[in-house]
Amino acid sequence: MKARLRLVALGTALLALAAACGGDEAVDTEEAAQATGPIDIWYSDNPEEITWGKQAVEAWNADHPDEEVTGEKIPAGETSEEVIGAAIAAGNTPCLVFNTAPAAVPQFEKQGGLVALDDFPGAPEYIEGRSGDVAEQYKSPDGNYYQMPWKANPVMIFYNKKVFEKAGLDSENPPLATYDEFLETAQTVIDKGGVEAAIWPAPSSEFFQSWFDYYPLFIAATDGQTALVEDGKAQFTSAEGIAVAEDFWAPMYEQGLAKRETYNGDAFADEKSAMAIVGPWAIAVYGEAIEWGVAPVPTADGISPEQTYTFSDEKSIGMYSACENRGTAWEFLKFATSKANDGKLLELTGQMPLRPDLTSTYADYFKKNPEYEVFADQAERTVEVPVVPNSIEMWQEFRDAYSSSVIFGKESPDEALTTAAKSIESLISEE
Amino acid sequence: MAKAAAAPTTSRRIKLLGKHPIGIPFVAPYVAFLIVVFAYPLGLALYMSFHDYFFAAPGAIVERPFIGVDNYTQVLGDPVFRTALGNVVKFVIINVPLTVALALVLATALNRAIPFRTFFRASYYVPYVTASVAVVGIWLWLFAGDGLVNTILGPLAPDPPWLVNEAWALPIIALLVTWKQLGFYVLLYLAALQNVPNELYEAAKVDGAGAVRSFFAVTVPGVRSATTLVVILATIVGANFFTEPYLLTGGGGPNNASISPVLMMYREGIEQGNAGYAAAIGVILAIGVMAISLLNRYLLERD
Repeated sequence: MKARLRLVALGTALLALAAACGGDEAVDTEEAAQATGPIDIWYSDNPEEITWGKQAVEAWNADHPDEEVTGEKIPAGETSEEVIGAAIAAGNTPCLVFNTAPAAVPQFEKQGGLVALDDFPGAPEYIEGRSGDVAEQYKSPDGNYYQMPWKANPVMIFYNKKVFEKAGLDSENPPLATYDEFLETAQTVIDKGGVEAAIWPAPSSEFFQSWFDYYPLFIAATDGQTALVEDGKAQFTSAEGIAVAEDFWAPMYEQGLAKRETYNGDAFADEKSAMAIVGPWAIAVYGEAIEWGVAPVPTADGISPEQTYTFSDEKSIGMYSACENRGTAWEFLKFATSKANDGKLLELTGQMPLRPDLTSTYADYFKKNPEYEVFADQAERTVEVPVVPNSIEMWQEFRDAYSSSVIFGKESPDEALTTAAKSIESLISEE
Repeated sequence: MAKAAAAPTTSRRIKLLGKHPIGIPFVAPYVAFLIVVFAYPLGLALYMSFHDYFFAAPGAIVERPFIGVDNYTQVLGDPVFRTALGNVVKFVIINVPLTVALALVLATALNRAIPFRTFFRASYYVPYVTASVAVVGIWLWLFAGDGLVNTILGPLAPDPPWLVNEAWALPIIALLVTWKQLGFYVLLYLAALQNVPNELYEAAKVDGAGAVRSFFAVTVPGVRSATTLVVILATIVGANFFTEPYLLTGGGGPNNASISPVLMMYREGIEQGNAGYAAAIGVILAIGVMAISLLNRYLLERD
């Protein structure tokens, strides 16, 4: 019996040792930065981006037979971040992912999953040359770029003109600029417009949901001057930040103008809600079915649309550390973000390449598609999620406090957000 | 002398390998399976729970220091975890008795010569083999604010609606899991019922017992070992509920009223990169479930 016990104990010890020592070979970074050859890339799984990705890969492969790029859509998962995180741990990420969320970058970086683009000569100049001052928001705290800022979907308020007309509202210039106007309009469309909700942002508790309800209004309220946190301090407990919660969203839920229930589908497309907070992708999605209008996100006193900032809903391109032929990956990255390919991106997806002066650079496109111009103009005034350690945890902490106070009214938004601010400040100070 | 030396060697070999070493190659494949699929991950989970662990790229130089029981103290001090544990207790209190009662009654009914017996047996099994995502889709539609249930209930419908009502979200999930798993437990009871001798029912009848008395005096004690199994399995499945709060109540909502420890593990370990913390939740949950299962076994199997 003792002998068997010893055998079991030995087995357990070996298992724990094996568990502790799992490790594989790393890619030699210096060698890889120069290496050229075939590479794999992933792009987003929406049909328009797949079309763009395929044509970019085809065009590259035609000129580079020795450095063939294989493109495929990102494997299915609840979120792309989850899929990429798992692939990093498994060591099977592709060289480039054209769908890297800036909020996940600090985590991927900590996992050792991302390549600092500064490894390539002239990279910071290229990134800053293409995106201008906005690029600064995508730098990691160590001063390196672990992501190439790529394209934005600046969010605005989309509204259903027919519903507004039915409610007796001016459908060309509806009163949506201030919180009071917005709340009044919301009540009117519910009373007379035949919809269940004025606006129906997802009330669920996933960490990213605040990007599409609280955050755009917070950015607008602070004139685009601050992100959620700045220099290690939470910014959302400012008077403006609390007002977004207390004077806008909390009454929206209390008065039943926004729903506490998750809609099983797309409430705006099904005409269950009169408004939605969306980016330019919405034009292609709702364009045919719904007669829509667009307005900037509201602010307390109603600033002019030309001055209103919003959330960028940006996606970056990440180069991942499992990549062996990084020389080719960097060249392809530059090719995919060239002026010509950015033009194709705009044409095929309606999403805004992160370049200044979009309307003049792609004047022909906006002449042909004037409905996109308002988004291009808005793209000039966007704020990103802050690049800080434990970013996703921070957003989850914020969402939990917001959900309990603003959506479900369990505590006062002021108290809940102040408590969350303390936890968040401690989270982002951790390395 | 040589013989005397051989005897202890043989006895040591028997001690180590057993009387029939030939059995070893037969069990080896399953032992290997257990090691790879259960023992190694369990060992890794234990290791992770004592470290500031996160999943890193192979070969990446990262620090994951030993932090003792920090993860455990943090988990136990986390109010969300305490809510999640409370939810498991509530869930099990609703789910397990309901599962046992319904499964046994249905199995007894389906064991009789009733019309369309095969159809009914198959029908109760269908939810069990249907993908959870599809089932959740149907329940979302049933229990939405403007769903079928509320339409039938009219003014009696709860406000706010079921899935965003803090009092109702978890019971609805417990009901869904009970309904979904029921077919499997009915099957277990049906198998157990085949072993209850008919003579016992006849004897009970002779003694003047009616259908209800027979059920409690013959059927219930006759399937006691199956009941132990059903209770333990339902507890384990129940304690690990994840898909339902993840999909049905938008990530454990409203306001964490339906959050489960496994959902927390997913959030912490996969979404937020705190794998060590998530592992500590997993270890605590596994120990808790094991303790409840042992208690169930003790209570149900004692004479």
